[in-house]
Amino acid sequence: METEFWPLTSLLGGALIGLSAIVLMVTHGRIAGISGIVSRILPPSVDKGGFTQGAVFLAGLLLAGPVWYMVAGSAPVQDVSNNFVLLTIAGILVGFGSVLGNGCTSGHGVCGISRKSTRSIGATLIFMATALVTVFILRHVLGA
Amino acid sequence: MRILITLVSGFLFGVGLILSGMSNPLKVSNFLDVFGNWDPSLAFVMGGAIIVTMPGFWLIQRRKSPFFHDFFHLPTQTEFDMPLVAGASIFGIGWGLAGFCPGPALTSLPFANTGTLIFVLAMLSGMMSAKFVTQRMCQT
Repeated sequence: METEFWPLTSLLGGALIGLSAIVLMVTHGRIAGISGIVSRILPPSVDKGGFTQGAVFLAGLLLAGPVWYMVAGSAPVQDVSNNFVLLTIAGILVGFGSVLGNGCTSGHGVCGISRKSTRSIGATLIFMATALVTVFILRHVLGA
Repeated sequence: MRILITLVSGFLFGVGLILSGMSNPLKVSNFLDVFGNWDPSLAFVMGGAIIVTMPGFWLIQRRKSPFFHDFFHLPTQTEFDMPLVAGASIFGIGWGLAGFCPGPALTSLPFANTGTLIFVLAMLSGMMSAKFVTQRMCQT
């Protein structure tokens, strides 16, 4: 199924994400990487120093949807798969991989690249490559 | 004040994801489907973010410390090691399967889609297992 390409809203949305990353860095000195922030407040080893800041940042993230809904009058378009087995496997892989690899799309893909970190540039190329291959197999080989 | 600024920072991140359409996993999957219904949006989102963040970080790093803290929490590792390669590969496979990564999935949570809820629960358990495994690796 096709989706519409809106370059300007994409750029603007991206700029807001960038602004958020700048605010977090200049105030708390933290990378706005969602997987890092979430994993910091999760057991087995909760980071006491970063807990409040991480939890409040995530509360802000969770507030965006409800506020959007109130202002726009409707929820944004979402096409989420109904294949719960696939979503479970995908969730485990995303969670496990992002913590093992120290970052996800935001931490490596936005903040890391902006810091010109070799590790992050490499990680971004790797996860883009495996994701491309996965989607290719899923859609064009298995025909899902 | 500190709490408010941090809250706003998270809020901006979420609004950015929704505005850019990245809260829709289908748009992300279509970005990854270069040989099918390709939608280049995600490249513009990352580009838009980096255009802002790169000069921003460059200016910030000239400061000795952030406003609310004594020092910057920057990654110290520079080596391209196995956990990074394996982790990024595994993350990419999961991202490709669902079209969700941690930010968009959490931002989508309040829209209460059953699939999103299942993905987030699985993601959190994956994160906790990875923390457990990496701690065990460090101890030995």
